Amino acid sequence: MSLDIQVETKADTRPTAPTPRSPRRRRTSRRTLLTHAVRVALIVAWLGSWELAARTVIDPFYYSMPSQIWDKLVIWFTEGSSQGSIWGTIAVTLEEAVLGFALGTLAGVLLGVVLGRARFVADVLAPFIKGANAIPRIVLASLFVIWFGLGMSSKVATAFVLVFFAVFFNAFQGAREVDKVLVDNARILGAGRWALMRSVILPSATSWILASMHVAFGFALIGAIVGEYTGADKGLGLLINHSQGNFDAAGIYAGMLITTVLALVAEWLITQLEVRLTSWRPPASGQASGL
Amino acid sequence: MTQITSGAGPTAISLRGATKRFPTRSGEPFTALRDVDLDVAPGEFVSIVGPTGCGKSTTLSLVSGLEPASAGTVAVHGAPVTAIPDGVGYMFQADAVLPWKNVLDNVALGLRYRGAGKAEAHARARDWITRVGLAGFEDRYPHQLSGGMRKRVAMAQTLITEPSLLLLDEPFGALDVQTRELMQDELLRLWSGTGAACVFVTHDLTEAITLADRVVVMTAGPATVKDVVDIDLPRPRRVEEIRLTPEFIDLYKRVWDSLREEVEITRTRGASRVA
Ligand SMILES: Nc1ncnc2c1ncn2[C@@H]1O[C@H](COP(=O)(O)OP(=O)(O)OP(=O)(O)O)[C@@H](O)[C@H]1O
Ligand SMILES: [Mg+2]
Repeated sequence: MSLDIQVETKADTRPTAPTPRSPRRRRTSRRTLLTHAVRVALIVAWLGSWELAARTVIDPFYYSMPSQIWDKLVIWFTEGSSQGSIWGTIAVTLEEAVLGFALGTLAGVLLGVVLGRARFVADVLAPFIKGANAIPRIVLASLFVIWFGLGMSSKVATAFVLVFFAVFFNAFQGAREVDKVLVDNARILGAGRWALMRSVILPSATSWILASMHVAFGFALIGAIVGEYTGADKGLGLLINHSQGNFDAAGIYAGMLITTVLALVAEWLITQLEVRLTSWRPPASGQASGL
Repeated sequence: MTQITSGAGPTAISLRGATKRFPTRSGEPFTALRDVDLDVAPGEFVSIVGPTGCGKSTTLSLVSGLEPASAGTVAVHGAPVTAIPDGVGYMFQADAVLPWKNVLDNVALGLRYRGAGKAEAHARARDWITRVGLAGFEDRYPHQLSGGMRKRVAMAQTLITEPSLLLLDEPFGALDVQTRELMQDELLRLWSGTGAACVFVTHDLTEAITLADRVVVMTAGPATVKDVVDIDLPRPRRVEEIRLTPEFIDLYKRVWDSLREEVEITRTRGASRVA
């Protein structure tokens, strides 16, 4: 019911919106509105049925319910969790993920692009890289705890390996698929090895690399949390682990929710970066701006 | 750059028995070019015509040093070609401007690669952009330009490096007739007085004869030189005037008679392949 109202009020404000350009644009924006409305409806239906089921048929001790999760979150953010301030916990996990993401992306892009252009070296290294990629990375997390201890570096290492391979394979492919005419033209114009890399290969591989970065930050978070789960003295993973130890389903869900929000914010940031880096491209749909 | 061979002064291009074979999946190499002998003098304008797929672009790729010859010798300015020779400009058949750089940066590219400062490169690029008639479009990206405008960007991008050997592969092939004539005039204007040797590949015989000192006719693939026709029309030439003269029409007939057989061979081959 509240949904109907929402749609209606938004529809009412439409005509006063700044300069609607064309009927087509108006149609598009009505379409977006509808999309949002249906999304909200889906979430409400899902949470509502969960809450209802937990109050009547299923046992909230195992499955928890939205109101309990909400209470948990309120407690965490007002009084702190079993590990003290929730902000501190989030900061630790985020720092591990961001570090692993940055290092993994850097290494993945560098190695991917270089190997993508060096056929011989790539052929030699191919089986080793495929082998390394086949190692179950969750097992590596345990190994890293032994190598680097319970501190931050073991989590950064786990996030790093997860991110590295995702970015590496895309950068590699991107560097291989560069239009040969563009490379030839640049060489004729006098481009040296480095100039060619910077002005032709990298920009051309950018869309491949950016595509991998979308999933890569999610991987970095997973790496950090799995690392913390395996053995740590602070962080979201540890908090989730403790919740599990206390049979606190709501705590696990709450930790999950925070992680999801982090990933979504990062996804938004990466999309902004993508928009900036690919501003030279023709707009994908009818969203031509300023023309 | 000007290594002088013994005897006569260095030619801009000298091909001797140049042959190019490409490896294929079946193992049997594919011969694209066979025993090509060709000399181009400094400052000379040579057009190359031949049936489609005969090996014209391949010839240019040998001269530019992008592909090594399988047999025979290729020399530019008297020196055997082992890498990209100094002073070569090459306008490719396909679009080769960088889509992520705007017109100004695209045109300035060659100077930037050769170590010029940004300010100097941009100043000279602006000058060239005006010369090819694109003033006001400096900030546009290639996808915001028409096909003809992109070709002009490519032309400015190539000419700004002041090549002493200019290779043009169907530069105006994709343009409408009016723009094409405009660009031909433009090219003659920009080329005259530079002293650059120019090799111009085209399918348009009128264009080939209008621009050139000599027209080279190539055979159906694997290509070799079939015929060379000297074009002794006076310069400077005005593109739309010259093609109405009787001398021009005679030359056109000569070139077309030579080319027709080869085109027919290519066509029957294509037909038998389809059948
Ligand atoms: N890299 C390559 N590998 C294998 N075969 C090639 C390669 N490049 C060109 N060829 C073949 O060589 C022949 C000549 O090609 P080329 O591009 O030189 O033709 P062209 O005369 O420029 O034709 P067009 O007028 O259509 O541009 C063609 O049959 C083509 O299939
Ligand atoms: Mg060609």
